[in-house]
Amino acid sequence: MTSSTAARFAIGIDLGTTNTAVGFVAVDDDKASPAALPLPQVIAAHEHAPRPLLPSFLYLPSSSELPEGALALPWDEKRGYAVGSWARDRAASVPGRVIASAKSWLCHPGVDRRAPILPFGAAADSDVEKLSPVQVQARLLGHLREAWDAAHADAPFAEQRIVLTVPASFDAVARQLTEEAAAQAGLVDVVLLEEPQAALYAWIASHGDAWRKQVQPGDLILVVDIGGGTTDFSLIEVKDDGAGNLTLERKAVGDHILLGGDNMDLALAYRVRARLEAEGRSVDDWQLRALTHSCRAAKEAMLENDALAEQTVVIPGRGSKLIGGSISTSLSRAELEETVLQGFFPDVAADARPIAARRAGLQTLGLPYAHDAAITRHLAAFLAGQKPAALLFNGGVTRSPRLQQRVVDVVNSWLGDQKVRVLSGADLDLAVARGAAAYARVRASNKGLRIKGGTARAYYVGIEKSELAVPGIAPRVDAVCIAPRGMEEGSEATIDSELGLVVGEPAHFRFFASSKRERDAVGAVVDVARAGDDLTEIAPIETTLAGNAGVLVPVTLRSRVTEVGTLELFAVETASSTRHKLEFQVRGEG
Amino acid sequence: MRRRMTDPSVVDPAPPGFFARLALAFRVLFDAVLARKLLLPEPKALPPAEKVVDRVVEKVVDRVVEKPVEVEKIVERVVEKVVDRVVEKPVEVEKIVERVVEKIVEKTRPPEEGALHLLSILQRDGRLLDFLGEDIAGLKDADIGAAVRLVHQGCKKALSTYVVLAPVRSEAEGAVIVVDKGFDAHSIRLSGDVKGEPPYKGTLAHAGWKAVEVKLPERPAFVDARVVAPAEVEVR
Repeated sequence: MTSSTAARFAIGIDLGTTNTAVGFVAVDDDKASPAALPLPQVIAAHEHAPRPLLPSFLYLPSSSELPEGALALPWDEKRGYAVGSWARDRAASVPGRVIASAKSWLCHPGVDRRAPILPFGAAADSDVEKLSPVQVQARLLGHLREAWDAAHADAPFAEQRIVLTVPASFDAVARQLTEEAAAQAGLVDVVLLEEPQAALYAWIASHGDAWRKQVQPGDLILVVDIGGGTTDFSLIEVKDDGAGNLTLERKAVGDHILLGGDNMDLALAYRVRARLEAEGRSVDDWQLRALTHSCRAAKEAMLENDALAEQTVVIPGRGSKLIGGSISTSLSRAELEETVLQGFFPDVAADARPIAARRAGLQTLGLPYAHDAAITRHLAAFLAGQKPAALLFNGGVTRSPRLQQRVVDVVNSWLGDQKVRVLSGADLDLAVARGAAAYARVRASNKGLRIKGGTARAYYVGIEKSELAVPGIAPRVDAVCIAPRGMEEGSEATIDSELGLVVGEPAHFRFFASSKRERDAVGAVVDVARAGDDLTEIAPIETTLAGNAGVLVPVTLRSRVTEVGTLELFAVETASSTRHKLEFQVRGEG
Repeated sequence: MRRRMTDPSVVDPAPPGFFARLALAFRVLFDAVLARKLLLPEPKALPPAEKVVDRVVEKVVDRVVEKPVEVEKIVERVVEKVVDRVVEKPVEVEKIVERVVEKIVEKTRPPEEGALHLLSILQRDGRLLDFLGEDIAGLKDADIGAAVRLVHQGCKKALSTYVVLAPVRSEAEGAVIVVDKGFDAHSIRLSGDVKGEPPYKGTLAHAGWKAVEVKLPERPAFVDARVVAPAEVEVR
């Protein structure tokens, strides 16, 4: 390979909240199905083995707890931290030294995501090395890069066509931070893709041209992606391009919901623990984790096989007496139905909405977990009356046919006489990585179908109105649309009205996003106070114009959606057309 | 024992038979011959353990004025190939200085290491040693059954991850098969009315098991394989 621009492989990275996977395929092979890259990882002290999934956990050991070289990898004998399977296992016994769910922190507007805040809540006297959510993501990506390079010495990772997936619900700031993490890992040329779209690409890739027979123009495809820690919805419309060819266009994405399979296992474990405690048996934290494990196995067995009326759940003895020190009880089908099916997938009406969180006066800065566990209520709110013709599942939880059927039944009850078709045949654990690789190949070869969609949200800049000051009343803030929903990659938009910026001091703007307002054009003005839940305030943006301090310079605001899939904002001086980039501030509000 | 590996209905109505078979599994693990077969599916001609392969090649050098006394320090290191090391031997003598010269001794992995590693994995993932080491005489069958599910679940997953097993004969058990002349007596065991010369006609009573592939995790040679499970101390 003489030129670094001639990438040989199209690579898709599914950097998930709980598991990470890499799919790849040769760029010039437009028939092959993307394969999963085996990911060597530490599975115990002094042991490493390849696995298709890399748990997205990072373990930061103390300087004395492990023998030298215990976390060695094939490419690094002296590695001082562990990523993957063993890091996840250590979360149960050394929680203060394990970083989990860094991805959820990446889109948490309440904290400074470039500051070393993880492991979150580590004790004040802890000697653990703290990292920012961006740095943690960079380490995970770095591990993938090293694993690839160790296996493909002749085709360096950073020189291949790489697509990195993000939840459809990631806003402009979380996307930019993801890009930063990739850059820290030495990946400068990645392109971002929404995970539900990646799942659909995987489904298309697994069907060849036959997929066109399973859908027709006008169909809305609903993607329901339930992972370990997050749930993500998208609606994609099937269209006819006028020449008889089918095209796909992403119509809507849901809000970020921190709710997934892990919540279900924990809910079952809490239920069983409450029963055990009522019987006078105590369950400590270590035992609760073992119980959660056991409940997950029981859940999977019963959801797989309707004939099982109950499953034994066991908390093994922690010492070498496995049975003597164990606590065993059973989980009945009635308990499972009540907790998982009715708790997480209740049969609700089409106009049901999630129960909103009651805001306590003082809130901790932990992750903003979903207040309402009912996934079907979140789904009803997302669809808001739209009727999908087809349904594609993604995520490990949806492997259970029983859960799939439950979601299908609830959705069907909203459709009247119609019935939704389930699009099957995708591998639920690796679909996103494989689909991302398929999309990377489409981009590299310019052959194949691309889902259109543009930005999933509309973005607004907050501009304070100059009004007569009235004590006790906040001045009115207008949100001016700077990037409409559906803005395509590579396009730009400008708000025509001029603003005056003072040179030499930082100018701040409040910044808002909306997944609901789809008709606002550039320059549309929305009263923030009246918009209510339609607008979500995200990180503020700022810039400082260099020059003679104190001078007022007229500028216009401009937005650009990059080819990568991130949003950039500029203040453009009217006189000179000089551009100043507006940076997202992620210092948080806390 | 063999049937257990694929049979999902693990809870045996007759526990003694089941435990007898588990014990058999345990013995098999310690059977060095079988273990070696399991762990080294494609036997390579390995040199015997602790074989010293260091070849000291003397070379006269006249530039050196000190006479070092070589103090050998045995450094065990696993090497794939014989390594030649050149040790300079000076001629002139003026002063005696001690110098440490590393002497590389090849240490092949002892044959029990793979067996111990597999035990370590089955303990880690399925608590197998705790289970087999426990006195179950006075315990209730229900409690034992509950624990067996954990052991079965963990060990089954570990086994399927690290050892790819296939039946020796692909025919269904109970099928009538013909064992031809020159058959491999190691992979087919005859029973019943065995007499005369092959071909033999008989019923396949057990399809056998064969390790098609063994892919234990990578582990450096200096790790003490005898520590099958470390002691756990919860720091307060």
